[in-house]
Amino acid sequence: MTKLPVLSVSDLGKSFTLHLHKGARLPVVAHVAFDVHTGECVVLGGPSGAGKSSILKMIYGNYLVNAGAIRVRHRGEEIDLATASPRQVIDVRRFTMGYVSQFLRVIPRVPAIEIVAAAAREAGTSADEARARAAMLLATLNLPERLWDLPPATFSGGEQQRVNIARGFAGHHPIMILDEPTASLDARNREAVIGLIDARKAAGTAFLGIFHDEDVRERVADRIVDVASFSAREAA
Amino acid sequence: MSTPLLQAEDLSRFYGGRIGCRDVSFSLDVGEVLAIVGESGSGKTTLLNLLSGRLAPDAGHVRYAMRDGTTRDLLTLTEAERRHLARTDWGFVHQDAREGLRMNVSAGGNIGERLMGIGDRHYGNIREAARGWLSRVEIDEGRLDDKPTAFSGGMRQRLQIARNLVTAPRLVFMDEPTGGLDVSVQARLLDLIRSLVADLGLAVVLVTHDLAVARLLSHRIMVMKAGEVIETGLTDRVLDDPQAPYTQLLVSSVLAA
Repeated sequence: MTKLPVLSVSDLGKSFTLHLHKGARLPVVAHVAFDVHTGECVVLGGPSGAGKSSILKMIYGNYLVNAGAIRVRHRGEEIDLATASPRQVIDVRRFTMGYVSQFLRVIPRVPAIEIVAAAAREAGTSADEARARAAMLLATLNLPERLWDLPPATFSGGEQQRVNIARGFAGHHPIMILDEPTASLDARNREAVIGLIDARKAAGTAFLGIFHDEDVRERVADRIVDVASFSAREAA
Repeated sequence: MSTPLLQAEDLSRFYGGRIGCRDVSFSLDVGEVLAIVGESGSGKTTLLNLLSGRLAPDAGHVRYAMRDGTTRDLLTLTEAERRHLARTDWGFVHQDAREGLRMNVSAGGNIGERLMGIGDRHYGNIREAARGWLSRVEIDEGRLDDKPTAFSGGMRQRLQIARNLVTAPRLVFMDEPTGGLDVSVQARLLDLIRSLVADLGLAVVLVTHDLAVARLLSHRIMVMKAGEVIETGLTDRVLDDPQAPYTQLLVSSVLAA
């Protein structure tokens, strides 16, 4: 590919300093480097504890970056998320980069469809269109319509996760970060998520994700980046 | 880059030899929500009072971008100018709604008062605006003539929010807005605040000791201890990857429900 990547990670390093435990240092990864292009899905592979999730959290801004750069194309310009201000990170989250976490974290007692619609509105969609988009996503993900107006707290793990996925996809971001989105889903719903990813890839969305399920990984991944080669744990 | 709405510059306030807060600086943009977190006595409320001009600093400045486009140092405002600002372009939501409401005036009167304060004299219009705001904060319009003394804690808090927002302020100060409420009421109020802030593009300085509230409402967090800012940054980053020893202690001490 000769096109410029939409996400480019270089020389990325992370370690934790645990002040409550005599300042113990926990190195996680070092010299992480890879690119993600429009319309492709790059999957982070490697054993548990290799630092896959930490890499996603640095890219989304939840973890501080200790070294290296995370360059994204944002509103036609390149921005380094490793050194970006909180305001810039928030703007990138609004318009450029979406995220699906492993667990749904929302205000209690808010109906599922409103959670998803609110995510679409964040990205600048009108109220009516946001609701229509939310309904379409929930239907695509096989969430029974009788649940849409209920808050997800009492839903099953799989149902909650589908609300979470719908919320992540509602903003139509050109870059999507997925942290094990299919972990708690059955075969039929895994299929629905794969279909959603394929459709967005075809429309040009770039994906970076972690998938423990081998079948899903095989189906969606264009490339697998082995995080074990960046692990800083042994060196400690 | 637009000028910030609110800027604090090396703000300090001492109570005798004791530090209320010391050398606090930050800026807040239009539509931005900043949470100030910390334990009791950390200086959160002192800072909020300095920022809102309710308390004069011993050192430092607070600058505000007025509606007319000029940026003014709060210390140079006359008392009349400061009061006008507080009644129009600012809101202040107290933890105890009794501090922010007139308890012996009807709900409609509580909302209408701020409109009358800026010169609105048309009774019908004021009553319509009050009715509209009651429904916007999910209070039955039939309660328009009831006094807040007859309201539950959650309703009083929603009324206080309506009273503040009726003049379309650009900046709202909130001091533990969900603090004294039953847990069952907190969630609904949080959702109301979140959607109003997003829909109206409000800038908010939110004081809270509840990290979950800060997570759900704020873009950025400032952690305070003994009157000083210990750590500041993107809310998710400060809560998921705290750097300062004190922030690590604070975050790791929260019970996960």
